[in-house]
Amino acid sequence: MRKVTLRLSDGTEFHGTSFGYEAPVAGEVVFNTAMMGYPESLTDPSYAGQLMVLTFPLVGNYGVPPFTTEPNGLATFMESEKIHARAIIVSDYSVNYSHWNAVESLADWLKREQVPGITGIDTRELTKTLREHGVMMGQILFDDEPDNIPQAEYEGVNFVDQVSCKEIIRYNEGAEKKVVLVDCGVKQNILRCLIRRGVEVIRVPWNYDFNDLAFDGLFLANGPGDPDTCEAAVANIRKFLANPVVRPCMGICMGNQLLGKAAGATIYKLKYGHRSHNQPVQEVGTTRCFITSQNHGYAVDTKTLSADWEPYFINMNDGSNEGIRHKHNPWFSAQFHPEACSGPVDTEFLFDKFVQLLHK
Amino acid sequence: MDTHAMKKVLILGSGALKIGEAGEFDYSGSQALKALREEGIYTVLINPNIATVQTSEGVADKIYFLPVSPFFVTKVIEKERPDGILLSFGGQTALNCGVSLYKDGTLEKYGVQVLGTPVQAIIDTEDRELFVERLNEIDVKTIQSEACLTIEEARRAAKRLGYPVILRAAYALGGLGSGFCDDEEQLNKLAEKAFSFSSQVLVEKSLKGWKEIEYEVVRDRYDNCITVCNMENFDPLGIHTGESIVIAPSQTLTNSEYHKLRALSIKIIRHIGIVGECNVQYAFDPNSEDYRVIEVNARLSRSSALASKATGYPLAFVAAKLAIGYGLFELKNSVTKTTSAFFEPALDYVVCKLPRWDLGKFRGVDRELGSSMKSVGEVMAIGRTFEDAIQKGLRMIGQGMHGFTENKALQVDDLDHALSAPTDKRIFFLSQALRCGYTIDRLHELTKIDRWFLEKLQHICQIDARLQALPALDALDTDLLREAKVCGFSDFQIAKALRLGEQMDMDQAVLVARDYRKRKGVLPVVKQIDTLAGEFPAQTNYLYLTYSGIANDVEYLHDKRSVVVLGSGAYRIGSSVEFDWCGVQALKTIRENGYRSVMINYNPETVSTDYDMCDRLYFDELTFERVMDILELENPHGVIVSTGGQIPNNLALKLDAQHMPILGTTAQSIDNAEDRDKFSAMLDRIGVDQPEWSALTSMDDVNRFIEKVGFPVLVRPSYVLSGAAMNVCSNQNELERFLKLAATVSKKHPVVISKFMLNTKEVEMDAVAKDGEIIAYAISEHIEFAGVHSGDATIQFPAQKLYVETVRRIKKISGQIARELKISGPFNIQYLARDNEIKVIECNLRASRSFPFVSKVLKINFIDIATRIMLGLPVEKPNKSLFDFDYVGVKASQFSFNRLQKADPVIGVDMASTGEVGCLGEDAATALLTSMLSVGLRIPKKNVLISVGDAKQKVQMLDSVKQLVSKGFTIYATRGTSHFLSEAGVPNITVYQPGEEGHPQALDLLHSKTIELVVSVPKDIVSDPAHDVCYHVRRGAIDLNVPLLTNARLAAAFINAFCTIDIDQLEIKAWDEYK
Repeated sequence: MRKVTLRLSDGTEFHGTSFGYEAPVAGEVVFNTAMMGYPESLTDPSYAGQLMVLTFPLVGNYGVPPFTTEPNGLATFMESEKIHARAIIVSDYSVNYSHWNAVESLADWLKREQVPGITGIDTRELTKTLREHGVMMGQILFDDEPDNIPQAEYEGVNFVDQVSCKEIIRYNEGAEKKVVLVDCGVKQNILRCLIRRGVEVIRVPWNYDFNDLAFDGLFLANGPGDPDTCEAAVANIRKFLANPVVRPCMGICMGNQLLGKAAGATIYKLKYGHRSHNQPVQEVGTTRCFITSQNHGYAVDTKTLSADWEPYFINMNDGSNEGIRHKHNPWFSAQFHPEACSGPVDTEFLFDKFVQLLHK
Repeated sequence: MDTHAMKKVLILGSGALKIGEAGEFDYSGSQALKALREEGIYTVLINPNIATVQTSEGVADKIYFLPVSPFFVTKVIEKERPDGILLSFGGQTALNCGVSLYKDGTLEKYGVQVLGTPVQAIIDTEDRELFVERLNEIDVKTIQSEACLTIEEARRAAKRLGYPVILRAAYALGGLGSGFCDDEEQLNKLAEKAFSFSSQVLVEKSLKGWKEIEYEVVRDRYDNCITVCNMENFDPLGIHTGESIVIAPSQTLTNSEYHKLRALSIKIIRHIGIVGECNVQYAFDPNSEDYRVIEVNARLSRSSALASKATGYPLAFVAAKLAIGYGLFELKNSVTKTTSAFFEPALDYVVCKLPRWDLGKFRGVDRELGSSMKSVGEVMAIGRTFEDAIQKGLRMIGQGMHGFTENKALQVDDLDHALSAPTDKRIFFLSQALRCGYTIDRLHELTKIDRWFLEKLQHICQIDARLQALPALDALDTDLLREAKVCGFSDFQIAKALRLGEQMDMDQAVLVARDYRKRKGVLPVVKQIDTLAGEFPAQTNYLYLTYSGIANDVEYLHDKRSVVVLGSGAYRIGSSVEFDWCGVQALKTIRENGYRSVMINYNPETVSTDYDMCDRLYFDELTFERVMDILELENPHGVIVSTGGQIPNNLALKLDAQHMPILGTTAQSIDNAEDRDKFSAMLDRIGVDQPEWSALTSMDDVNRFIEKVGFPVLVRPSYVLSGAAMNVCSNQNELERFLKLAATVSKKHPVVISKFMLNTKEVEMDAVAKDGEIIAYAISEHIEFAGVHSGDATIQFPAQKLYVETVRRIKKISGQIARELKISGPFNIQYLARDNEIKVIECNLRASRSFPFVSKVLKINFIDIATRIMLGLPVEKPNKSLFDFDYVGVKASQFSFNRLQKADPVIGVDMASTGEVGCLGEDAATALLTSMLSVGLRIPKKNVLISVGDAKQKVQMLDSVKQLVSKGFTIYATRGTSHFLSEAGVPNITVYQPGEEGHPQALDLLHSKTIELVVSVPKDIVSDPAHDVCYHVRRGAIDLNVPLLTNARLAAAFINAFCTIDIDQLEIKAWDEYK
């Protein structure tokens, strides 16, 4: 295995070996503390532009499931049509895998999709570095190609535009209720969760002005990067909110931030984000708490919400915003991922709530 | 009722350590007590296990050393009138007792509220039929199971389900009385046994080969739920989870599978209505996402203790808080102190739990593993690779193995069978098979162990082969060296693979390998367990070492303020919770005196591995290599080797040779006491008597020695604990056979033979000395004559029947020995006493098993004094009047023969008990009675069976039998005993043993429950099950759950106690009321 070096923007270096595609790469280095779910995470469009560090050391154990597609065009097991993370960084890649549903190893998949993977890294020390310093840009360099140095930028780049669909796609056509889904980089399980509940999903590109379409509710999906690069979407949402015909709206992750912006709030970048399966959130004003799956680097500044809006959920570890809702209208969003995949499924009821509102 | 209003709460402990219910409940109970006391709640604890940390001063407000039985708990409730009771912190013992007090109305009568999970929910999970019904209500799949009340019903159910089936006794501890049946014949046998434990037996379809997965789930009264940890069994379904190698978190489950089972767990505990903690076990199809719920434990369990240690999430502490009304969101993560307790730990390491068996200690025991538990302890290894964790674990279990490879080959006739029919040695057979070239597919076929685990094991073998292929040590490059260390190879394994032992002593070879490694810069790093995988800063002191890393999480100050205490390792026969108590007390004293207390231990069942107990906890190996690694990092003021039993004691010389600062008694003195040769020479020199002995060098010497002293003789190697490989030989034949076995035990230390003395008392001296002067001591006396291992003997303290002259001589000799060995710290000497003749058997310069017992009876903490001495702090001799008190403590042993199929339930020179209790009383008889009831004996009402082999002992038992007759008991006796009793004019009924013609048959009387107590005293000191007819009666008593005593002196004492004491009139007194 070829020796590689991960060099962070502050000059810190970590040495390991390559097990994926053999090419240098650069991106924003983020850590994820989930203990499983690497096929889902790698295909999550929200990881676009990022080098994903897994804090759980053993990775690759159960191989990779087949990349098959359902009749509706969605992947059977994955969260999008390809790997979106720029690279995966682990401590102990498992060369051999064992699972009834696996068709290839993680290494073979990475090579096939031309995504680097490196192992033998002290991912705990790397995580501590990112935690103390905040997320940093990083480069994966091959030690035997010292002059091959890749460059990349993250902040200010509109990754949403790169991962969003380019044309309208309809699912479950002809169903009684129609939901417009603004695709900022939607995870396919969001689509599955809606389709399973019997609604028609009209998936539109992130900057498409959907206000002229006929629909019963609006869904704002997740997506990668900085929400401030998505002003076009925010403008469309503002139009929707201003419509005298009040229709339900739900947002997830980037959707929460876009709804927040539309509600007048500002967004700030977290020091190192929330990427894990164990984020505790509490529904504001209640004793109800949920374990949630998260993957975001930006958050809504609750203090800047306009008077008609209030926090819906709050992070029990650091107090950051985990969702907002309108005080009177059926508009709400979650910073976490109720669709899970990967992660705990405890908050899937939010989809039920949204669909019930459609039928009201 | 508002649970926040609780003022006084009763907690039930789990009693003596036994197979299936061990130290984990000391940990969970201690945590619960801490959680309640910091709320200002007055806590009352009932637990006869005197060696536990929870029964120490300052842990509970009131402690009763009484049996955890409905009778005694009711008495305590009457006296204490608590507001609430906690049932889920004392294992199945506490749960069963609580359910029975609920059912008979006692709790309602006294207005005692059950805190936490409601009793109905407990009943729903314990009664199989109710359980299945409840889960059916929410469409959760359970193993198809039929509850049967008769053997005939069981047969019919099995036929319907189709063999193989599994049989379980309802309401049974850790799978007691359960097992697999491949056909009707096996079912008949097992069903009868199961019915003796329970009126309800369950027949289920067997799912052998499925994965076994567990989740630890927490729910608060606001319906908030979390799963703290999931665990995967290395061994597939079919082996009790307590017998399995377990890895956390699961390693072969996908996201979808993990969360499917997680969501089910939450659904289940919501429906059942748990408030607190519970454990859900699944069978999981290895070829689909199909599952079955195996069981739900509505209480803290072995798994929850393991999960707490594996994740750093204090389950018992949180469960206790939830029981008194808190919501999870109101509690903090006790590691980060800033984040919420409502979260699910993210691990950035794997842990591996391995069971520790001691099956070698039992004659005739069935070694095959199955659905009932036989292991006596467990270890937990932490690593950042699976290979590291499992290799660490294999060293930790302490059975002479060095990891997965480089072990001594095991003898095996049929390797395939050894793989497919699992025993305690299977993991080592896997190693042998991989070396012989078995493929992964073949191994999977034979064992059904997931291929992922097998591939990882193969990886270890591949590295080993690469090491072996090197011509010499200097050919080992840094990359391979590091890879080997990352995969858990010890310096020993590396040295052995490179054949360094051929050129030098193995100890020397290890040092050479270590030195080479350090020069190459391959060093371990210290990582924290922080519950959040580094996401949040944590001031955690919970640590492990790994080679998969480049930086330490801890900053070392090199301030010489650390004092390192070496723990006791896996619980095993001969070393268990008592040494944990010693370690915890030492830590406490170290901390109180301004030092940084550091613990090294790896036993997840202990309180000493609770990161609250010390300033730094290294959850890691107690091997020379790892201890050296840690000492080199800590650069401590000193290291204490005398409070953790034999494991640390054995390290003393090696650490000393590396100039490590051992506190207290010097390593040289420890060796002078441990090495029989040196010790005897010293005794000769100072004129102290000892049983005649000889070091074994040749058979001729042995024969000459025996000609002189005569049989019986005691044969044993040096450096032993709990009498491993020790035996009494009564004739030439036995002697020759045994010597062949014992000679392989230790080449370095000679095997010695000593004259075995019959009808002799055994006396224990537990003491603490400073610079050779005894500061505090306790002299206690065995009820049994010498020949019963001191760990199995029933011990009374203070000694009740010793001559004043004997005591005086013992004090004098102990003082001489202490001076000669310049003891500074704890020590124990065992004596033989016949008339006033005193002989020294052995001397250990460390705390002994009885330290907590004598410390608590005396109310003088011997470990505190010893630790102060070792720290060089001033100590005062306790006031002499303290040694004079008006009550007696009796320590009795708990045996777990019911778990050990086919083992002969006799006691002898080799230790067999798994736990102990200590009870107090105004007199010896009262203390003995409560302690015997605490270890599971019951007072008979009508019928007692007596069978005594030896003529002398028949005479000894005569008075007791007469006492029984005068109390109206009917005596049944086996032929010889019956004849003897009739001759002596004692009315009795003759019974016949298997193989004898006649009626009534002893076994029939056991089956019909006519006999309520069996006294069966074997003729020889060492009985051979194959030739002893009484074996069947003894084994029958165990299998049919009839109390059994096999020692004449103990039987006489017990009979006297229940014949003279009216249990209803017994005064119920707490520990502090004995003054």
